[in-house]
Amino acid sequence: MANHTQEPLLEVRDLKKWFPVSKGFLQRQTGFVKAVDGVNLDVQAGETLGIVGESGSGKTTLGRCITRLYMPTGGKIIMRADGETMDVSALKGKELSAFRKRAQTIFQDPYSSLNPRMTVLQTVGEPLLVNNVAKGKELEDRVTEIILQVGLRVEHLQRYPHSFSGGQRQRIGIARAMVLNPKLVVADEPVSALDVSIQAQILNLLLDLQQKYQLTYLFISHAMSVVRYVSDRIAVMYAGKLVELGPKQELLSHPKHPYTEALLAAVPKTSQRKRGMRLVSAGEPPDLANLPKGCVFVSRCKYAAEICQEQAPVLRPLGSDSFVSCHLAESLTLQGI
Amino acid sequence: MAASANNPLLIEVKDLQTYFFLHEGTVRAVDGVSFNIYEGRSLGVIGESGCGKSVTAQSMMRIVPSPPGREVGGSILMYLRDGNGAAEVVDVLKLPAGGPKMRSIRGQQIGMIFQEPMTSLSPLHTIGDQISENILIHEKGVTKKEARERTIEMLGRVGIPRPQRLVDAYPHQLSGGMRQRAMIAMALICGPRLLIGDEPTTALDVTIEAQILDLIKKLQADLGMALMYISHDLAVVGEMSDEIMVMYLGQVMEHSTTDEIFDNPLHPYTVALWRSIPTIEGKLERLVPISGSLPSPFAVLPGCRFFSRCDRRIPGVCDAAPPPLKEVVPGHLVRCFLYQ
Repeated sequence: MANHTQEPLLEVRDLKKWFPVSKGFLQRQTGFVKAVDGVNLDVQAGETLGIVGESGSGKTTLGRCITRLYMPTGGKIIMRADGETMDVSALKGKELSAFRKRAQTIFQDPYSSLNPRMTVLQTVGEPLLVNNVAKGKELEDRVTEIILQVGLRVEHLQRYPHSFSGGQRQRIGIARAMVLNPKLVVADEPVSALDVSIQAQILNLLLDLQQKYQLTYLFISHAMSVVRYVSDRIAVMYAGKLVELGPKQELLSHPKHPYTEALLAAVPKTSQRKRGMRLVSAGEPPDLANLPKGCVFVSRCKYAAEICQEQAPVLRPLGSDSFVSCHLAESLTLQGI
Repeated sequence: MAASANNPLLIEVKDLQTYFFLHEGTVRAVDGVSFNIYEGRSLGVIGESGCGKSVTAQSMMRIVPSPPGREVGGSILMYLRDGNGAAEVVDVLKLPAGGPKMRSIRGQQIGMIFQEPMTSLSPLHTIGDQISENILIHEKGVTKKEARERTIEMLGRVGIPRPQRLVDAYPHQLSGGMRQRAMIAMALICGPRLLIGDEPTTALDVTIEAQILDLIKKLQADLGMALMYISHDLAVVGEMSDEIMVMYLGQVMEHSTTDEIFDNPLHPYTVALWRSIPTIEGKLERLVPISGSLPSPFAVLPGCRFFSRCDRRIPGVCDAAPPPLKEVVPGHLVRCFLYQ
């Protein structure tokens, strides 16, 4: 577990990413899809923060804002690394490339995220070239070192992506993300496209690399069991908002937000074989271009009160290390796992 | 046969072999698979991609893309019962895939739902038209009006809100969960005896998946149909099934009741799968991955197909001859030399 007395590696404050929606022949802008809408969180150096949520909850957009693959619409992202403090949301030019050396992404689909015309050496070595870190023999040595770390072999260097299996391709993607010695790695559903027997190989590899290089992970996934395995703390997103954040075990056994409870109840469990119906949350997530006035979960929440219709709750501390965005959190006793 | 049930037999698959003949070689996608499906019971099929679980279901429906695929051996006996319980037995593999008998089996005897509802629904027709088309094709003498009414009733039953209005909706107007509900309505509209679900919830979000799983369970109980549930997600299969078949590279490795498979797995592949999968409950231990990766689908292996990745392999035995599927304890079939 990370040390909370230190200044966090990453501070996200009121982060917003709104995508414009346009309509008609003239493409007039008619509104916004609020993919991420006012997210606050800290990430401690060396920890893994798991981000769970369903599709459209904004977890990928959040990750892409943090690595500046997207320009945030509003809010601030502060990163502290090697004694420097960077305002990530305002970086440009040289400073932005310097930041990108420290914050890398591992993508979901090992099939579409690799260039089929580039060998492993070229793919993994490209970040070194682009950032003028190494070239020639030095580059080859560094690439060789990292691909051995991720469990590939020297003879793989000259091969093209098509000759690798999904698990091996994901190893190439991981090598490419690690080759610059980043501080922060955003792993966006890194095992979702892999077969079950391969997932464990990749998850263990990520954990080993983290220990070896003191990496900080932002681990984005829809699979609660995977997030439980890798994370120290878990953040739950719903409709662009962070609804709950807390230490893993606390969040799983004592959820504080009704959506977290619904999510945990919905996850199929091997101990509940043929146990009949579960308490499933009815309804579907709201339209992100047309969010309700009050709480985003109000239409599906079985505890909803009048205030929830009227007023949007804000994320606030509850208990020692947890945060929740629910008006009623104190009065609810919710069921965990 | 494993997990014998008192329910009457509905489908008997015996030594099914479905091969794909490609330029690069022959893929033995399903290679000697046998199992029974009983009326009203549910069979879960677990396996990774390439294990033949989907092709098995496609062979039962006779919808294997041909060429290159073909059922080259075995039989699939279907017990077609009339109102009095007298059964006509048909070998599905002997029927022409596009013939009238097979077409009536599809839909009236077996309904199937797939992973991606958008690719299974026509974007050009309303969901109501697509569902009632099944009634009009399979049942003679039903008027369009009656078909529409039954469609609306079925849409309500699968939990589509305002079915009178949404019967005229096009697939793109529905969310993923609602489309999957419409697919289920389409599969069930002619009252099949067996519903095959081929990863029907894999593309859905967790809370929506839970809704669909509960819906399938409820409809199965209400309509008394059998269920064959195919998925790579062990927890989901465990929730849906009375018995489970574990497949690997075209063969059944283990087959028993759901409780046996979870509490007392015997095949090294099943044991290894259990240790390699993160769970949401229980002790958090370091996962033990299955070493290596799947052999090439073109490879012809003389011994056990799991040999190269097995941590309990016996060199000279397991790679010399293929192990048979054997009933090791009553109701528990295992294909492994450790239990011969």
